[in-house]
Amino acid sequence: MQLFTSSIGRKILMAITGLGMVMFVIVHLLGNSSIFAGPGGLNTYAEHLHSMPLPIIAGFRIAMLVFICVHIWFGIQLTIENRGGRPQQYAVKACQKASFASENMIWTGALLLLFIVYHLLQFTFRVTPEVAGFAGQMPGNVFGMVVTSFKNFFITFIYAGAMVTLFLHLTHGIQSFFQTMGWSNDCVQPGITKTGTLVALILFLGYVAIPLTIFAGILKG
Amino acid sequence: MSDHKTMTLTLIVWRQKNANDPGKFETYTAKGITEHHSFLEMLDCVNEDLIHSGKDPIVFDHDCREGICGMCSQVINGAPHGGQDRTTVCQLHMRKFKDGDTIYIEPWRARAFPIIKDLIVDRSALDKIVQAGGYTSCHTGGVADGNAILIPKPVADEAMDAAECVGCGACVAGCPNGAAMLFTGAKVSQLALLPQGRAEAAARVKNMSNAMTECGFGNCTNHYECQAACPKGINVKFIARMNREFIKAQF
Amino acid sequence: MILDGKCPTGPIEKTWDKHRFDLKLVNPANKRKYNVIVVGTGLAGGAAAASLGELGYNVQAFCYQDSPRRAHSIAAQGGINAAKNYPNDGDSIYRLFYDTIKGGDFRAREADVWRLAQVSNNIIDQCVAQGVPFARDYAGYLDNRSFGGAQVSRTFFARGQTGQQLLLGAYSALSRQIKAGTVKMYDRREMLDLVVVDGVARGITVRNLVTGQLESYAADAVCLCTGGYVNVFYLSTNAMGCSVTANWKAHKKGAYFANPCYTQIHPTCIPQAGDYQSKLTLMSESLRNDGRVWVPKKKEDCGKHPNEVPEDARDYYLERKYPSYGNLAPRDIASRAAKEQCDDGRGVGPGGRGVYLDFADSIKRLGEDTIRERYGNLFEMYEKITDENGYKRPMRMYPAPHYAMGGLWVDYNLMSNVPGLFVLGEANFSVHGANRLGASALMQGLADGYFVIPYTIGGYLATVKPGQVKTDNPEFKKCEEDVKAEQNKLLGINGKKTVFEFMRELGHLMWENCGMARTKESLEINLKKIPALREEFWKNVKVTGSGAELNQQLENAGRTADFLEFGELLCRDALHRNESCGGHFRVEYQDAGEAQRDDANFCYVGAWEYKGLEKEPELHKEPLKFENVHLAVRSYK
Ligand SMILES: Cc1cc2nc3c(=O)[nH]c(=O)nc-3n(C[C@H](O)[C@H](O)[C@H](O)COP(=O)(O)OP(=O)(O)OC[C@H]3O[C@@H](n4cnc5c(N)ncnc54)[C@H](O)[C@@H]3O)c2cc1C
Ligand code: HEM
Ligand code: HEM
Ligand code: SF4
Ligand code: F3S
Ligand code: FES
Repeated sequence: MQLFTSSIGRKILMAITGLGMVMFVIVHLLGNSSIFAGPGGLNTYAEHLHSMPLPIIAGFRIAMLVFICVHIWFGIQLTIENRGGRPQQYAVKACQKASFASENMIWTGALLLLFIVYHLLQFTFRVTPEVAGFAGQMPGNVFGMVVTSFKNFFITFIYAGAMVTLFLHLTHGIQSFFQTMGWSNDCVQPGITKTGTLVALILFLGYVAIPLTIFAGILKG
Repeated sequence: MSDHKTMTLTLIVWRQKNANDPGKFETYTAKGITEHHSFLEMLDCVNEDLIHSGKDPIVFDHDCREGICGMCSQVINGAPHGGQDRTTVCQLHMRKFKDGDTIYIEPWRARAFPIIKDLIVDRSALDKIVQAGGYTSCHTGGVADGNAILIPKPVADEAMDAAECVGCGACVAGCPNGAAMLFTGAKVSQLALLPQGRAEAAARVKNMSNAMTECGFGNCTNHYECQAACPKGINVKFIARMNREFIKAQF
Repeated sequence: MILDGKCPTGPIEKTWDKHRFDLKLVNPANKRKYNVIVVGTGLAGGAAAASLGELGYNVQAFCYQDSPRRAHSIAAQGGINAAKNYPNDGDSIYRLFYDTIKGGDFRAREADVWRLAQVSNNIIDQCVAQGVPFARDYAGYLDNRSFGGAQVSRTFFARGQTGQQLLLGAYSALSRQIKAGTVKMYDRREMLDLVVVDGVARGITVRNLVTGQLESYAADAVCLCTGGYVNVFYLSTNAMGCSVTANWKAHKKGAYFANPCYTQIHPTCIPQAGDYQSKLTLMSESLRNDGRVWVPKKKEDCGKHPNEVPEDARDYYLERKYPSYGNLAPRDIASRAAKEQCDDGRGVGPGGRGVYLDFADSIKRLGEDTIRERYGNLFEMYEKITDENGYKRPMRMYPAPHYAMGGLWVDYNLMSNVPGLFVLGEANFSVHGANRLGASALMQGLADGYFVIPYTIGGYLATVKPGQVKTDNPEFKKCEEDVKAEQNKLLGINGKKTVFEFMRELGHLMWENCGMARTKESLEINLKKIPALREEFWKNVKVTGSGAELNQQLENAGRTADFLEFGELLCRDALHRNESCGGHFRVEYQDAGEAQRDDANFCYVGAWEYKGLEKEPELHKEPLKFENVHLAVRSYK
């Protein structure tokens, strides 16, 4: 199947899996923002999620795992190939269109991977020290767990950094998705780029608001 | 006009004897250059001086010197063709530079374009991509009347936009991944837009994209440097169209 | 000797069909046993190689660029003619035939021109099928424009890049055959000799421009499609690599060179900015539809800013001299008129070599937007090169050598007098007579390649046994040795002057003494000075580097050496032709400033046979008969 071997095919897989993750991130933010409604909001939401039938939860998690793996696998493969595409760099570098974000997708991606691993260990498996107390009950007091965590400066800092990384990855990634899928042309491209950046920005602000408001003491447990 | 005013420039030029030589930069001075010299005429003058002093002139590809054959190929201060909008090196004029400037001149750099000598690279990979399917398989003779199939003007115009590609390879040279997507996208799109090319559209896009990989070009990660480098202003929308054709071709 | 063009006889409109039927055919199963060499992959060569490959012949194609797509055909802007009569404005095969004969000043063969007009329609169909994006109207039909002073709209075009699009069409057909394995493409190869065994063309010697190796290729027929020779003038609109080399080497091996003195000077080129420049950029002829040509009446005004020269101090000389055609006078006439004004000291711009092409009136009448819509890309190109804004200040123009009507002599089958050697496109002399009309060179190249050679080469090959001579024949070795010897000689001179300097001097002689206007005296000067320059060249040229590597100096030196021999022949031909016709204007032969043809004495093709470098070539004549178009004086007053 050309989708898994060819240059464009693999890019399309990157795009589809990337978009899947974008969808997740959007929904996840919508869900998470129930935190601003106080303990009741987030905890009810969490309970609602956990009470869904097992096949749905499992199916969803497996799908996410596959998406991430495919995205990472081909991301690394393509990046290695591309580094070889121009073995010797120019003495003078004069990029006109490529951006910091587009040139560092693999690194922002790698940081995101680290973040996700950490994030899962923290809030899903609850094995990091500050959430040890919440490990027992599922879902339990999710609100309390989150608030406790973000009182810690380092955790807040890590999250804020991760959100910047996510922002960078998505400013390039979202418009890139449309180009890769062939849903772009010269008329809509500027609009797509702007909208993509805007979505990335909204996600960034939305996500970063949670740790920052908690750390700053605005959102209290 | 200021014919009497001349400039002196410092050129730092990539010199490489052949494919196996590691190559290095050499510094030259270009004297007596006017604003009316084209970039290649400036190099001609430098070469005349080099020959007079018994040295090997700098070799570079060129032919038509009017921006259409696609032969000229130099990266000037990091930008393929010198980075002026819609301008090939042969059309670049020295009035874009200032007296006393230092100019770096390098060949196209990409895995698929091995250096032959100095500023000359081997671009036959682009021909290979076209050989993989950049045509309609019509026979000589025995075709329909030119007006038998009507083509709306906007479609014909868009096909022409794509067809303007001169095959210079600046897109590859400018792409950080050394990808040939703009070149290939332009050809695929031109033929996909026209009814005459539709019949083979699916096979064409598959074969041509495979050829890109076989020739050692990188993959596209949508940097859009290629469009900035392209002397004919080929738009990256044609890459999008090729991707679309590719998806269609899978079904 | 009287040459025979082997033209079919009978009613002209039946000639080609009848001839095609009479030609022998090669058995399809035998075709792959025949090797055909095609040198040059422009419109003529690209189309020929693709079509012959498709027929099943074993084709080997060569070009000096890095890809067949870069041949100089790519530079043609204006368009390609065909007698489709889509606009219903009275065009027909007969009218295209008639216009071409008349435009060529009655110095072309009727049968060849008829065939060209007849197949012109197939060319358009062919190109559309290949995906050439010709301009279309809103209803989706092919669009036409009138071009080069024609009174019907028969020119098809693809923006300002018609040549490019047609060439890419031929290149794509060629690529398909390369993929199919019927054509083997050899790029970055320069043909440096024709191998003739027992009087028959059997192969070529080429230099691999990357490695410097000399290589030999044998075949049952050789097609030269190597373009024109006007770079002999140094200043020209041709690409830097265009040369007479392939033709000249074939000439030295026995092929006759026909009408070398017929060269076309294009009136609207951007003037030379300095003598380091040889390549001049052509500005489409269409500009003269809306631009008015003038120079100041008084010499004193030449240095002034053009907008400061008042209306009554301007000399709109074309309108003055040719009231009915005005600024649209044909190329040769417009070019000569520009030269006259500049010779009179009233030229403008650096060196006084330029005339104004002024759009102020049309901008006033139609608005700048309309002018921009029509010619925007040309104004942009002008500004890129000169840094001047053509909307605000009249453009400067000067004529420059552009096209070679002359070329190797061929018969109706496109075969030269050397059996097995075919010549196509601008490289041959056939259809344009003494002057070529706009948009007809592209037509000729493709006609020869797609629709003539596939038939006529069969007629020849059917009479020969395939593969009779291989590269182990001693003649191949000898040719390689000769080429090698010449190169070693060039490399060994180590003189004081560069190749460019010699080319510049030769060009200067050619342009001044054998350019737009020629006299007996000026030509005789050249016949003395060119041999002297040649002699100096072989003593004093400096070529650095070695022969066993990529060496552009050596390439240029070889081409220049050939130009230095060929230039003399061109002048000799011009000197012998005591008449003015088309692109050949002899000052002595004019009638009130107009070219004076001499049909009684010169209604023939002059084909020269090479007899040795220091010997006079022998002239052979092919008389021209006009049975369908009556000999008439060309007048544009
Ligand atoms: C600026 C410009 C504009 C023009 N505009 C028009 C126009 O609007 N309409 C029109 O009808 N005509 C126009 N012409 C004329 C027309 O373009 C040419 O006459 C025509 O394209 C010639 O085609 P060709 O195939 O014979 O030769 P070319 O296209 O010149 O091809 C020559 C081929 O021969 C090869 N070659 C040459 N020498 C050697 C050698 N020694 N060894 C190996 N290979 C060799 C080259 O590599 C090349 O592939 C224009 C010409 C110019 C210069
Ligand atoms: C887990 C680690 C990740 C890695 C290693 C990674 C790596 C990459 C790489 C190398 C690219 C290709 C660069 C390009 O096409 O320009 C890419 C594209 C993309 N990524 Fe990621 N990424 C990761 C996570 C994510 C996440 C979490 C998201 C979404 C929230 C995401 C969304 C995207 C999108 C939308 C694209 C664009 C696809 C396209 O080019 O069409 N990625 N990623
Ligand atoms: C401030 C920002 C964030 C907060 C507060 C947050 C909070 C949470 C919480 C509480 C859970 C556990 C839910 C549960 O088990 O009930 C969770 C799960 C998860 N989060 Fe986040 N998250 C944030 C950002 C992100 C980001 C940016 C990503 C992706 C790039 C992400 C990816 C995930 C994933 C993959 C899970 C596991 C989902 C599952 O259980 O299947 N989160 N998050
Ligand atoms: S797309 Fe542009 S840059 Fe690339 S080969 Fe074509 S003309 Fe050159
Ligand atoms: S620069 Fe390269 S990454 Fe793609 S958009 Fe152009 S080919
Ligand atoms: S030399 Fe032909 S495009 Fe520059």
